[in-house]
Amino acid sequence: MAAPSHIEYSLFLADNALILGHRNSEWTGHGPILEQDIALSNIALDLIGQARWLYQHAARLCNESGAATRVTEDSLAYGRDSWDFRNCLLVEQANGDWGKTILRQFLFSAWQYYYFGALRWSRDGDLAAVAEKSVKEVTYHLRWSSEWVIRLGDGTAESHERMVRAVDQLWRFTGELFVPAPYELDLISSGIAVDPASVKDQWMQKVGEVFTEAQLTASAFSATPAIYPAGGGKKGVHTEQLGYLLAEMQFLQRAYPNCEW
Amino acid sequence: MATPNTPLWEVFIRSRNGLAHKHCGSLHASDATMALQAARDIFTRRGEGLSIWVVPSNAITASDPAEKGMMFEPAESKIYRHPTFYELPDELKHM
Repeated sequence: MAAPSHIEYSLFLADNALILGHRNSEWTGHGPILEQDIALSNIALDLIGQARWLYQHAARLCNESGAATRVTEDSLAYGRDSWDFRNCLLVEQANGDWGKTILRQFLFSAWQYYYFGALRWSRDGDLAAVAEKSVKEVTYHLRWSSEWVIRLGDGTAESHERMVRAVDQLWRFTGELFVPAPYELDLISSGIAVDPASVKDQWMQKVGEVFTEAQLTASAFSATPAIYPAGGGKKGVHTEQLGYLLAEMQFLQRAYPNCEW
Repeated sequence: MATPNTPLWEVFIRSRNGLAHKHCGSLHASDATMALQAARDIFTRRGEGLSIWVVPSNAITASDPAEKGMMFEPAESKIYRHPTFYELPDELKHM
């Protein structure tokens, strides 16, 4: 029987992927050029695919633990409210302009790359398998978003200014990625969860390298990831952005429960 | 939409080992790295390729369609250039 923290941890991983995937999907049909519209939609599909595997895993754990009603990947994605979601604050932030969307992807992908790299050795074989499968996708997301950060940061005066603004808007949400939530603390010693603090140095180095090449060092980029003062998405205390996202994403299942097509 | 910052690139994909790269379309990108990424995202989504080439479209020298009479018609009447007059042994199946 799975511990509650094990379920919560699986949801944390799944919610990150679903929420960022959904945010990216908001660009579908609205990308700056067709080529990049497709590129970002591909990343959205990769993330939603990862979310499905992780929700299926979480649902299995819930049902094995004797959940009162049968839990499915859909009930987890569409039937929970804001405070039930465990995604980090970074991924729920609104798209803004192309620069902000790119930067959000880069900051998250860099974290996911090192974090999933370590998760491949999880004692939970299912999580390890998802990490193994996802890491190839994430490697490309990191490459793609890095190239974009460099070109926008070191591009025109306007693109540089927009990237500086994006760093200013998003940096405050990065600290949370490296502070373990209670359910992570519970699972680190048993080898199921990755200690998020253990990937901080690698993340800082990668971000520093890309920011330097993108001429972003002198801007709002500070020496350590910043902690957003109130709450924390990993603990279920979200910014108002998530409520709007869920209202749109969950509308159909809320209005027509269990509908299929 | 074409802009001065995003020139046109031609994309060639090799679908399997042993086959040649084949032209499959074109795209806009700011430079070679971005063109390669965009080619991967647009043209290999369904597992179409093992290798990609991108070439700036303006690096291609093309024949002039107005000259196709001079260029290609003379070959149409030279059927003896097709190796169809040889008796092939049955063991050779894929000629």
